[in-house]
Amino acid sequence: MDLVLSKEAIDNIINVLDEDLLRGGADCVLLVDRSGNLIVNRGDPANLDVVALAALSAANFGATAEIAKLIGEDDFALLFHKGKNENIHFTKVGKGFILITLFGKEVSLGLIRLNTAKVTETLIPILGGEQ
Amino acid sequence: MSFIDLSKNEVQCKIVYYGPGRGGKTTNLLYLHQAMTEAVRGKMVTIDTKGDRTLFFDFLPLALGKIQGLSIKIQLYTVPGQVMYNATRKLVLKGVDGIVFVADSLKVQKEKNVESLENLRQNLAEDNLDIKEVPLVLQFNKRDLGGSNIPILTVEEMEEDMNSELQVPWFSGSALKGDGVFETLREISKRTVKYVSRKLLSR
Repeated sequence: MDLVLSKEAIDNIINVLDEDLLRGGADCVLLVDRSGNLIVNRGDPANLDVVALAALSAANFGATAEIAKLIGEDDFALLFHKGKNENIHFTKVGKGFILITLFGKEVSLGLIRLNTAKVTETLIPILGGEQ
Repeated sequence: MSFIDLSKNEVQCKIVYYGPGRGGKTTNLLYLHQAMTEAVRGKMVTIDTKGDRTLFFDFLPLALGKIQGLSIKIQLYTVPGQVMYNATRKLVLKGVDGIVFVADSLKVQKEKNVESLENLRQNLAEDNLDIKEVPLVLQFNKRDLGGSNIPILTVEEMEEDMNSELQVPWFSGSALKGDGVFETLREISKRTVKYVSRKLLSR
């Protein structure tokens, strides 16, 4: 299954990410597919290797999906890693995509979860439905 | 799965280096990483165990220039070759657009090569992909051992074992010295880009 996105679709995605996540306090937001392709990255990824982050996140999601299967689940809808200063939140978007949000300790996890849930709903139709 | 970004006129493809354990998949990527300039390659990521075996995968992104105004970005991955890591290999194969099968020329690895190729065929089939349709190139690695006192397979034997049915291009290689590494990459990139564009045109 290949993905082709028009300039208009990419602009729509950028708008959604900027409005709902960056303005909500996230430092950086990435949309990647589950085979590791980076689709869009927004925010301030200074010194951040976004291409490697996309590949590793897809792998991380794949590995945890195997853990999910061991406990009788198909998949996990979200993952969260907490650091000293920076945190990372992964949300499944449809079947084929992952939304990665980086945010600092001053932003609450609850707010990020609320906003990513909203963004996920908006992104699915732009990405061609439940792929 | 390839991704085409029409706002940047860019296409991203995924190429996986597959093959038996200790066959030289990671060495291929390491050589490319060392030999290419920073303008072409991104950072190489490897997840390995304390020894020299790949635990999850290696990853190397490359920018291969433009074809008809479209920038070509290729992401190279390796899989762990050891038989027990099949779940990991399936994960890395997800969305693959092209495959390099790195076969080991050591005589003692004869069966391992065939087993690994069969494992590739099965894993692709589980993802509804046919090994005869996905772009595939073989690399017969460690040819530099010819002439040493380590018994190696002849190229004819390797062709007979792995390529009699597939009939795909193959290259003699020595990933350690860099022989055949670029030739293999060039061929698989060409085939992958052609495959992806053909799929796009048929949409």
